[in-house]
Amino acid sequence: MSQPLLKVEDLRVEFDTYGGIVQAVRGVSFDVYAGKTLAIVGESGCGKSVTVQSMMGLIPMPPGRIVSGTALMHDVDIIGRKEIDGRDIRGREIGMIFQDPMTSLNPTMSIGDQIAEPLLVHSGYSKKQAFARAVELLDMTRIPEAEKRARQYPFEFSGGMLQRAMIAMAIACEPKMLIADEPTTALDVTIQAQILDLLNDLRRETGMAIILITHDLGVVARMADEVLVMYAGQVVERGSVDDVFYRSSHPYTLGLRAAMPVNDRSAEHTLTPIDGSPPDLFHPPKGCGYCARCPNAMKICEDSDPEVYAMSETHTSRCWQHHPSATVRVAGLHYREVEA
Amino acid sequence: MSQSPLIETINLTKHFDLGKQGGVRQVVHALDGISLQIAEQEILGLVGESGSGKSTYGKTLIGLHDKTAGEVRLRGETLPAHYHPRDFERHATSMQMIFQDPYSSLNPRMTVGEIIGEGLKLHTKASAAEVRDKVTGWLEQVGLQGEHAGRYPHEFSGGQRQRIGIARAMILEPEFVVCDEPISALDVSVQAQVINLLDDLKASMGLTMLFIAHDLSMVRYVSDRMAVMYLGMVVELGPANDVFFSPKHPYTEVLVASNPEPDPITERSRASTTISGEIPSPVNVGAGCRFASRCPKVMDICRSTTPELNPLKDDSKRQVACHLF
Repeated sequence: MSQPLLKVEDLRVEFDTYGGIVQAVRGVSFDVYAGKTLAIVGESGCGKSVTVQSMMGLIPMPPGRIVSGTALMHDVDIIGRKEIDGRDIRGREIGMIFQDPMTSLNPTMSIGDQIAEPLLVHSGYSKKQAFARAVELLDMTRIPEAEKRARQYPFEFSGGMLQRAMIAMAIACEPKMLIADEPTTALDVTIQAQILDLLNDLRRETGMAIILITHDLGVVARMADEVLVMYAGQVVERGSVDDVFYRSSHPYTLGLRAAMPVNDRSAEHTLTPIDGSPPDLFHPPKGCGYCARCPNAMKICEDSDPEVYAMSETHTSRCWQHHPSATVRVAGLHYREVEA
Repeated sequence: MSQSPLIETINLTKHFDLGKQGGVRQVVHALDGISLQIAEQEILGLVGESGSGKSTYGKTLIGLHDKTAGEVRLRGETLPAHYHPRDFERHATSMQMIFQDPYSSLNPRMTVGEIIGEGLKLHTKASAAEVRDKVTGWLEQVGLQGEHAGRYPHEFSGGQRQRIGIARAMILEPEFVVCDEPISALDVSVQAQVINLLDDLKASMGLTMLFIAHDLSMVRYVSDRMAVMYLGMVVELGPANDVFFSPKHPYTEVLVASNPEPDPITERSRASTTISGEIPSPVNVGAGCRFASRCPKVMDICRSTTPELNPLKDDSKRQVACHLF
């Protein structure tokens, strides 16, 4: 494969709190390629958002602290930096959209002015040019009557429309990468489908990379090229979307899949919940983070952190059951055989 | 349905009056003439987008909103249009509700024991000791521990709080429960825990449920029958599997097609299925089918005449409100 656009290695983030130090991200590595979508999945509190926010310099420090890690973009480590060769990273190189568009936009500025702002700041447009471009961008994100809409305020927009406006703002400076943090969680399915289609079209048109953070495996299946499954601040499985869905190699991924309804009429499917809850990240377990909930936990899982095993060139799993001398082996859960 | 329904609504209507604006009275048509029956021990799933009136239906059904028109019958008995405190007292033991947000629906200043036991204290003559025993029993039944009774809601996770909400509703052993999006605030792994708990309770207590949610695959999994709402009206009703796998109403088709499945091959082969536009405002809706403005199969008649919910010719179990059928 070609050079990655972004190469993150061994990212570790901690937060000081009253209760002690929370180790939110514990050694996360991944690559993002131009024109591809990387999905990061996992349940609340597993460190998905903190991973990308720390990369973008969006976590407050203190209480946050990046203990180690690099994020290379054009061979420059962007952690703690604001610009690369005079180009701002935030807004210009990387755009970002958030879960709740209502609270992410300024209620006292018109939508058009808000979209124009990054163009004024990063691209040196004049006010008039920037506003004209904002209208174009609204049109690109398929907001009807863009001219009129650009003069309206956030309260006059619905949730789906606001998310489109957020996307317009994020892509205003034609970033090479778009980070979408749960972009459709607050939206209805029909609107979600519209937004996902829009993101896919924009990716194809502009060739930008997308990092999509979500907890919905359906959204992952629809959008992702590559998938990172995170649990308790670590990447437990990483691979192409087919690897992760059809050749799932980590008990947590299997657990997530079994907990979801399968839309197959013939299958008498019962939901199998994952018992218990994620570990306390004040005192992360010595061994595997998932060990306490894992149906196949072995003795070694409690005592030492699993190594990362390569399933194939593109596919890795952080689980002791792939060790050559492991006594327990869990077959993948397959819906459908896939031609390799 | 052969057996008589446990609960039914006949033409249930709820309008919210927003007052006059520019000399025109503004009325939100939250529910317009909803007639549904729920048989004993049946789970009826209710789906639709936000703003379709699902939650209003649940709340009006149970008496938390006054009814504008129509009636609700429990075992044939017509329930009052406006609930007085004594009506709540009478019906609290037969009808209960589980709320969506486990964070805002539990009083942060009451202990879990007080929250769960409150209904018993108010509606039965149980002694303090009996209340305590029952609370402990229910905590265990929903997968928590008896000693949790002395703790406060903030000490629990979302899934645990939802269990507390379930124990609170179940302790009076109601016949009928409205579950208003009980799992949408929870993580996938925890959703399954709550769903299985509701399933167990249904089996052990013979519960009848109205299950309101927007996640179609989950509703299909949970429910016997499924009703699809759009802008205050039921547009399709039928056995959950039939509605999901062979939707008839164009709106149901869109809903099902928009629901992403956790299967990359299916998703890759899926053509773009989006419809444009969003659910229109429910203020002062006019005549005609309410879905007409977004419907891909719209005809002239749709804009002038409101279709009625009628059984399909070849399948009497299914009903669709669409001029195509």
